Amino acid sequence: MTVEQIAQKLDLRIVCGGDSLQREVNGRLYCCDLLSIVMGRAPADGVWVTVMANLNTVAVAVLCDLACVVVAEGMAIDETVTARAEQQGVVLLATEKPVYETARAIDRYCNEA
Amino acid sequence: MHYVVPPDDFTRAGEASSAVKKTLKQIGMNPDVIRRVAIAMYEGEINMVIHAHGGEITVDVAPDRVDMVLADEGPGIADIERAMQAGYSTAPEEVRNLGFGAGMGLPNMKKYTDEMTVESTLGVGTTVRMSVFNHAG
Ligand SMILES: Nc1ncnc2c1ncn2[C@@H]1O[C@H](COP(=O)(O)OP(=O)(O)OP(=O)(O)O)[C@@H](O)[C@H]1O
Ligand SMILES: [Mg+2]
Repeated sequence: MTVEQIAQKLDLRIVCGGDSLQREVNGRLYCCDLLSIVMGRAPADGVWVTVMANLNTVAVAVLCDLACVVVAEGMAIDETVTARAEQQGVVLLATEKPVYETARAIDRYCNEA
Repeated sequence: MHYVVPPDDFTRAGEASSAVKKTLKQIGMNPDVIRRVAIAMYEGEINMVIHAHGGEITVDVAPDRVDMVLADEGPGIADIERAMQAGYSTAPEEVRNLGFGAGMGLPNMKKYTDEMTVESTLGVGTTVRMSVFNHAG
Protein backbone atom coordinates (compact mmCIF):
# COMPACT_ATOMS: atom_id res chain seq x y z
CA MET A 1 0.00 0.00 0.00
CA THR A 2 1.39 3.46 -0.89
CA VAL A 3 1.02 6.69 1.03
CA GLU A 4 -0.98 8.13 -1.86
CA GLN A 5 -3.46 5.25 -1.78
CA ILE A 6 -4.03 5.78 1.92
CA ALA A 7 -4.54 9.52 1.44
CA GLN A 8 -7.05 9.00 -1.36
CA LYS A 9 -8.97 6.19 0.26
CA LEU A 10 -9.31 7.94 3.64
CA ASP A 11 -9.77 11.42 2.28
CA LEU A 12 -6.65 12.86 3.89
CA ARG A 13 -5.49 16.13 2.39
CA ILE A 14 -2.07 15.93 0.74
CA VAL A 15 -0.13 18.93 2.01
CA CYS A 16 3.11 17.96 0.31
CA GLY A 17 4.85 14.83 -0.83
CA GLY A 18 6.04 14.63 -4.44
CA ASP A 19 7.77 11.35 -5.25
CA SER A 20 7.53 10.20 -1.64
CA LEU A 21 3.77 9.71 -2.12
CA GLN A 22 4.64 6.47 -3.88
CA ARG A 23 6.41 5.20 -0.77
CA GLU A 24 5.23 1.86 0.58
CA VAL A 25 3.71 1.85 4.06
CA ASN A 26 4.41 -1.21 6.20
CA GLY A 27 1.08 -0.98 8.03
CA ARG A 28 2.56 0.07 11.36
CA LEU A 29 1.25 3.19 13.07
CA TYR A 30 2.45 5.38 15.87
CA CYS A 31 0.60 8.15 17.75
CA CYS A 32 2.26 10.63 20.10
CA ASP A 33 3.19 14.32 20.21
CA LEU A 34 6.27 14.30 22.40
CA LEU A 35 9.15 14.08 19.97
CA SER A 36 11.62 12.08 22.07
CA ILE A 37 9.00 9.45 22.76
CA VAL A 38 8.29 9.24 19.05
CA MET A 39 12.01 8.87 18.34
CA GLY A 40 12.23 6.06 20.84
CA ARG A 41 9.41 4.05 19.30
CA ALA A 42 8.16 5.11 15.89
CA PRO A 43 8.69 2.31 13.35
CA ALA A 44 10.63 3.00 10.14
CA ASP A 45 8.33 3.02 7.08
CA GLY A 46 5.36 3.52 9.39
CA VAL A 47 2.71 6.21 9.67
CA TRP A 48 2.93 8.80 12.43
CA VAL A 49 -0.28 10.54 13.52
CA THR A 50 0.21 13.69 15.60
CA VAL A 51 -1.08 17.20 16.33
CA MET A 52 2.46 18.57 16.37
CA ALA A 53 3.24 20.29 13.07
CA ASN A 54 6.50 22.20 13.31
CA LEU A 55 9.99 22.02 11.83
CA ASN A 56 11.04 19.49 14.44
CA THR A 57 8.19 17.22 13.36
CA VAL A 58 9.78 17.15 9.91
CA ALA A 59 13.23 16.44 11.36
CA VAL A 60 11.87 13.51 13.38
CA ALA A 61 10.10 12.09 10.31
CA VAL A 62 13.37 12.22 8.36
CA LEU A 63 15.55 10.75 11.09
CA CYS A 64 13.11 7.94 11.88
CA ASP A 65 12.52 7.19 8.19
CA LEU A 66 8.75 7.43 8.52
CA ALA A 67 6.63 6.84 5.43
CA CYS A 68 4.42 9.83 6.23
CA VAL A 69 3.18 12.20 8.92
CA VAL A 70 -0.56 12.73 9.37
CA VAL A 71 -1.42 16.00 11.10
CA ALA A 72 -4.77 15.48 12.83
CA GLU A 73 -7.34 17.75 14.51
CA GLY A 74 -7.10 20.32 11.71
CA MET A 75 -3.93 21.76 13.22
CA ALA A 76 -2.49 24.61 11.18
CA ILE A 77 0.63 23.78 9.18
CA ASP A 78 2.96 26.70 8.70
CA GLU A 79 4.39 27.44 5.24
CA THR A 80 7.96 27.09 6.50
CA VAL A 81 7.06 23.59 7.70
CA THR A 82 5.59 22.62 4.33
CA ALA A 83 8.64 24.02 2.55
CA ARG A 84 11.04 22.05 4.76
CA ALA A 85 9.04 18.85 4.36
CA GLU A 86 8.98 19.31 0.59
CA GLN A 87 12.72 19.86 0.52
CA GLN A 88 13.42 16.79 2.69
CA GLY A 89 11.00 14.52 0.84
CA VAL A 90 8.66 14.12 3.80
CA VAL A 91 4.97 13.49 3.09
CA LEU A 92 2.58 15.58 5.17
CA LEU A 93 -1.11 14.62 5.18
CA ALA A 94 -3.80 16.55 7.06
CA THR A 95 -7.26 15.87 8.44
CA GLU A 96 -9.84 17.55 10.66
CA LYS A 97 -10.44 14.27 12.49
CA PRO A 98 -8.97 13.42 15.89
CA VAL A 99 -5.79 11.38 16.31
CA TYR A 100 -7.32 8.06 17.39
CA GLU A 101 -10.06 8.07 14.79
CA THR A 102 -7.52 8.84 12.07
CA ALA A 103 -5.08 6.15 13.17
CA ARG A 104 -7.87 3.61 13.55
CA ALA A 105 -9.09 4.26 10.01
CA ILE A 106 -5.58 3.90 8.57
CA ASP A 107 -5.00 0.73 10.57
CA ARG A 108 -8.26 -0.77 9.30
CA TYR A 109 -7.44 0.10 5.72
CA CYS A 110 -3.85 -1.22 5.88
CA ASN A 111 -4.32 -4.27 8.05
CA GLU A 112 -7.91 -5.45 7.91
CA ALA A 113 -8.87 -4.86 4.30
CA MET B 1 33.10 15.60 10.04
CA HIS B 2 32.66 18.67 12.18
CA TYR B 3 29.54 20.73 12.85
CA VAL B 4 28.78 23.86 14.81
CA VAL B 5 25.33 23.85 16.43
CA PRO B 6 24.07 27.43 16.73
CA PRO B 7 22.38 28.54 19.97
CA ASP B 8 18.62 28.99 20.38
CA ASP B 9 17.79 28.00 16.84
CA PHE B 10 15.22 25.22 16.71
CA THR B 11 14.64 25.76 13.04
CA ARG B 12 18.21 24.69 12.31
CA ALA B 13 18.54 21.96 14.91
CA GLY B 14 18.68 18.70 13.06
CA GLU B 15 20.85 20.01 10.25
CA ALA B 16 23.96 18.27 11.52
CA SER B 17 22.22 14.94 12.07
CA SER B 18 20.50 15.13 8.68
CA ALA B 19 23.83 15.86 7.00
CA VAL B 20 25.50 12.92 8.72
CA LYS B 21 22.58 10.70 7.78
CA LYS B 22 22.97 11.69 4.14
CA THR B 23 26.72 11.06 4.15
CA LEU B 24 26.33 7.64 5.75
CA LYS B 25 23.71 6.73 3.16
CA GLN B 26 26.05 7.78 0.34
CA ILE B 27 28.86 5.56 1.59
CA GLY B 28 26.43 2.67 1.88
CA MET B 29 26.47 2.26 5.66
CA ASN B 30 24.11 -0.32 7.18
CA PRO B 31 20.60 1.28 7.44
CA ASP B 32 20.16 0.24 11.06
CA VAL B 33 23.42 1.97 11.99
CA ILE B 34 22.34 5.09 10.08
CA ARG B 35 19.02 5.25 11.91
CA ARG B 36 20.62 4.79 15.32
CA VAL B 37 23.31 7.40 14.66
CA ALA B 38 20.79 9.91 13.27
CA ILE B 39 18.38 9.63 16.20
CA ALA B 40 21.05 9.66 18.91
CA MET B 41 22.80 12.61 17.33
CA TYR B 42 19.58 14.59 16.89
CA GLU B 43 18.68 14.11 20.56
CA GLY B 44 22.13 15.38 21.51
CA GLU B 45 21.93 18.26 19.08
CA ILE B 46 18.54 19.34 20.42
CA ASN B 47 19.82 19.11 24.00
CA MET B 48 22.67 21.45 23.13
CA VAL B 49 20.16 23.95 21.72
CA ILE B 50 17.62 23.68 24.55
CA HIS B 51 19.82 23.21 27.59
CA ALA B 52 23.13 24.81 26.54
CA HIS B 53 23.97 27.60 24.08
CA GLY B 54 24.66 25.37 21.13
CA GLY B 55 27.98 23.59 20.79
CA GLU B 56 30.12 21.50 18.50
CA ILE B 57 29.80 17.99 17.12
CA THR B 58 32.56 15.82 15.73
CA VAL B 59 31.73 12.61 13.91
CA ASP B 60 34.23 9.92 12.90
CA VAL B 61 33.13 7.21 10.53
CA ALA B 62 34.85 3.85 10.09
CA PRO B 63 33.46 0.76 8.33
CA ASP B 64 32.78 -0.93 11.66
CA ARG B 65 31.76 2.03 13.84
CA VAL B 66 30.57 5.64 14.05
CA ASP B 67 31.91 7.79 16.89
CA MET B 68 30.28 11.07 17.92
CA VAL B 69 31.48 13.70 20.33
CA LEU B 70 29.05 16.48 21.29
CA ALA B 71 30.63 19.24 23.33
CA ASP B 72 29.01 22.37 24.71
CA GLU B 73 29.95 25.16 27.08
CA GLY B 74 26.52 25.35 28.67
CA PRO B 75 25.52 25.27 32.35
CA GLY B 76 26.43 21.60 32.80
CA ILE B 77 24.38 18.84 34.42
CA ALA B 78 24.30 18.69 38.23
CA ASP B 79 23.18 15.08 38.59
CA ILE B 80 23.95 13.02 35.49
CA GLU B 81 22.42 9.84 36.86
CA ARG B 82 19.14 11.64 37.42
CA ALA B 83 19.27 13.32 34.00
CA MET B 84 19.66 9.88 32.40
CA GLN B 85 16.40 8.67 33.94
CA ALA B 86 13.39 8.40 31.65
CA GLY B 87 10.99 11.26 32.31
CA TYR B 88 13.42 13.64 34.00
CA SER B 89 13.37 17.03 32.29
CA THR B 90 14.05 20.65 33.11
CA ALA B 91 12.87 21.84 29.68
CA PRO B 92 11.12 25.23 29.88
CA GLU B 93 7.48 25.74 28.92
CA GLU B 94 8.17 27.26 25.50
CA VAL B 95 10.11 24.23 24.28
CA ARG B 96 7.54 21.85 25.78
CA ASN B 97 5.04 23.51 23.49
CA LEU B 98 7.23 22.45 20.56
CA GLY B 99 7.02 18.81 21.61
CA PHE B 100 10.22 18.53 23.67
CA GLY B 101 10.61 17.86 27.36
CA ALA B 102 9.49 14.26 27.67
CA GLY B 103 12.77 13.55 29.41
CA MET B 104 13.49 10.78 26.92
CA GLY B 105 16.40 12.29 24.99
CA LEU B 106 19.31 10.92 27.03
CA PRO B 107 17.58 7.53 27.52
CA ASN B 108 17.09 7.33 23.74
CA MET B 109 20.76 8.16 23.15
CA LYS B 110 21.70 5.34 25.51
CA LYS B 111 19.23 2.95 23.89
CA TYR B 112 20.35 3.56 20.31
CA THR B 113 24.11 3.57 20.87
CA ASP B 114 26.50 0.82 21.92
CA GLU B 115 28.64 3.04 24.11
CA MET B 116 27.84 6.35 25.74
CA THR B 117 29.54 8.51 28.34
CA VAL B 118 28.48 11.89 29.70
CA GLU B 119 31.00 14.21 31.32
CA SER B 120 29.74 17.44 32.79
CA THR B 121 30.99 20.21 35.02
CA LEU B 122 28.62 22.83 36.37
CA GLY B 123 29.32 26.21 34.86
CA VAL B 124 31.80 24.75 32.37
CA GLY B 125 29.88 22.49 30.02
CA THR B 126 28.92 19.01 28.95
CA THR B 127 30.58 16.48 26.65
CA VAL B 128 28.66 13.47 25.41
CA ARG B 129 30.54 10.68 23.62
CA MET B 130 28.57 8.05 21.74
CA SER B 131 29.54 5.12 19.52
CA VAL B 132 27.39 2.97 17.29
CA PHE B 133 28.95 -0.29 16.08
CA ASN B 134 28.26 -1.80 12.72
CA HIS B 135 27.91 -5.42 13.74
CA ALA B 136 27.29 -6.43 10.15
CA GLY B 137 30.40 -4.69 8.79
N1 LIG C 1 23.82 19.49 27.01
C1 LIG C 1 23.17 19.66 28.18
N2 LIG C 1 23.52 20.70 29.00
C2 LIG C 1 22.88 20.89 30.18
N3 LIG C 1 21.88 20.11 30.63
C3 LIG C 1 21.50 19.06 29.87
C4 LIG C 1 22.12 18.79 28.62
N4 LIG C 1 21.54 17.69 28.09
C5 LIG C 1 20.61 17.29 28.97
N5 LIG C 1 20.57 18.11 30.06
C6 LIG C 1 19.72 17.96 31.26
O1 LIG C 1 19.24 16.62 31.33
C7 LIG C 1 17.81 16.60 31.31
C8 LIG C 1 17.32 15.35 30.59
O2 LIG C 1 17.67 15.41 29.20
P1 LIG C 1 16.78 14.61 28.15
O3 LIG C 1 17.33 14.86 26.79
O4 LIG C 1 16.68 13.19 28.59
O5 LIG C 1 15.34 15.25 28.31
P2 LIG C 1 14.80 16.67 27.79
O6 LIG C 1 15.77 17.25 26.82
O7 LIG C 1 14.48 17.50 28.97
O8 LIG C 1 13.46 16.25 27.04
P3 LIG C 1 13.36 15.45 25.64
O9 LIG C 1 14.75 15.10 25.21
O10 LIG C 1 12.54 14.24 25.93
O11 LIG C 1 12.69 16.38 24.68
C9 LIG C 1 17.40 17.90 30.67
O12 LIG C 1 16.10 18.32 31.01
C10 LIG C 1 18.48 18.86 31.22
O13 LIG C 1 18.16 19.23 32.55
MG1 LIG D 1 16.49 16.12 25.22
